[in-house]
Amino acid sequence: MKKEIICTVCPRGCHIQVEGEGDNVISVEGNACKRGFTYASAEFSHPVRILTTTVKIKGASHDLLPVRSQSPLPKEKLFECMDIIRGAEATLPVKCGDVIIPDIASTGINIVATKNID
Amino acid sequence: MNKVLCDVAIIGGGPAGLAAAVAAKEEGAKKVLILERDNALGGILQQCIHPGFGLTRFGEELTGPEYYGRFVEKAKKSGVEYMLNSMVLQVNHEASEVICASSEYGLTAVKAGSIVLAMGCRERTRAGIMVPGTRPAGLYTAGSAQRLINRQNIMVGKKVVILGSGDIGMIMARRMTLEGAKVVMVVELMDYLAGLTRNRVQCLDDFGIPLKLAHTITRIEGNERVTGVWVAPVDEKKQPLSDKAEFVECDTVLFSVGLLPENELTRKAGIKINPVTNGPEVNQYMQTSAPSVFACGNVVHVNDLVDNVSEESATAGKYAAQYAMGKLQGEQKTVNCVTGRNVRYLCPHKVDANQKNGKVTLYFRVLHPEEGVRLVAKCGGDIIASHKEFRVNPGEMNHITIETDKITSDSVTVEVEKAGE
Repeated sequence: MKKEIICTVCPRGCHIQVEGEGDNVISVEGNACKRGFTYASAEFSHPVRILTTTVKIKGASHDLLPVRSQSPLPKEKLFECMDIIRGAEATLPVKCGDVIIPDIASTGINIVATKNID
Repeated sequence: MNKVLCDVAIIGGGPAGLAAAVAAKEEGAKKVLILERDNALGGILQQCIHPGFGLTRFGEELTGPEYYGRFVEKAKKSGVEYMLNSMVLQVNHEASEVICASSEYGLTAVKAGSIVLAMGCRERTRAGIMVPGTRPAGLYTAGSAQRLINRQNIMVGKKVVILGSGDIGMIMARRMTLEGAKVVMVVELMDYLAGLTRNRVQCLDDFGIPLKLAHTITRIEGNERVTGVWVAPVDEKKQPLSDKAEFVECDTVLFSVGLLPENELTRKAGIKINPVTNGPEVNQYMQTSAPSVFACGNVVHVNDLVDNVSEESATAGKYAAQYAMGKLQGEQKTVNCVTGRNVRYLCPHKVDANQKNGKVTLYFRVLHPEEGVRLVAKCGGDIIASHKEFRVNPGEMNHITIETDKITSDSVTVEVEKAGE
């Protein structure tokens, strides 16, 4: 399978052609640097993204707690994670970095707060 | 009227104001006071819950709240004071005074040794680009929709068309999608993307959202609520080809069509405004035409990265503190910064050549994209700084650093040369 990947490592935005099967990358072409090679290979086999959204706060009708995945999540799990996060509620006080949902969707990745709210 | 005395008064508690306040404290100013009209510090970053901030400054990818959180912590630790829910109505630079209306303290006059303008910018609206049609509910600027969704827990619509491919527009396309809305398309007047490529990949391509380059919205339909928009391609002169217009059903339109520095206070104070950037003219100390007034961040010129805003604002804070302490009052030798080939504007606009061993970074934007270029600063026919650049484009700010000791004439010209010419 062949895939064109636009590199997002730097503003140059190389259009990189990656060929491979499943996790197995056969060839990478069109990258200007090593970082582009690494990015394109990973993006071909396991694309990941940082997910950011908000969580309700118990007892507060308007305030929202901004949260993020501590590290990038598999791209195909983003909507599943959103469904889980939608049902969650945070209890005050919250500190930036507090774990709000541990091991979301069995990814081993935590959803953490990005803001202090007393 | 209440009266408050301080060394440095800062108008605005967003990233610019916070960085200026921290730097003013570090420089030795005793009482630094931030005046903020919102109910919390942090400015626009409070609603920018997405990642992508701080790569230059902190070497890691932070979300908006994480980024400003670090500055709020620093500001509180160093004893920066602030008044929330306080809207500045007037800057009197001759009296070195700021008048603000505060819901807690009433009308208050803040007398300061120096003043820092850090009011940021606001969004251009539908009226600003004059889109014809009705005036139904469901029309938002991308930033106001962002505030409603991310801070106030109000979802703005279900089927969305976004006009403008700037970063906020694309980020809102992703945000609306994650929250369950259908983003029908992003429409862009120019034939190239206005924002960063990474945002196109992660916000549009990831979710299969179509991007219509060289198209625009020619008409909005709907009485109580938006029912749809007419989208047409444009010719080389950006004129819509109305006979090729297509009706696109939607209940919400987001406008991401540019940011305007918010300078009502600056204009009213009689401070000189640059017609290209629509912000106050400043020198390398970020000092405006009124010597006791400094300015930084998006109120001066619209930045693409908050990291740049923080850096430039720290400069403003540092020199505002010096001014308040009676330094920085020597005679200046003002040299103009002049835009040369393919340079739209330069910031700072002026340089004080009397600064000893000064290193001044001139930020600028180009007029059109170009590849394989050399950025050059010239003074009196001599090249005083230059470096190569693989690619320049209007969406990304460039910079060149000059030394004040090398300035020999009354102007410095910056231009983009084709390499080899």
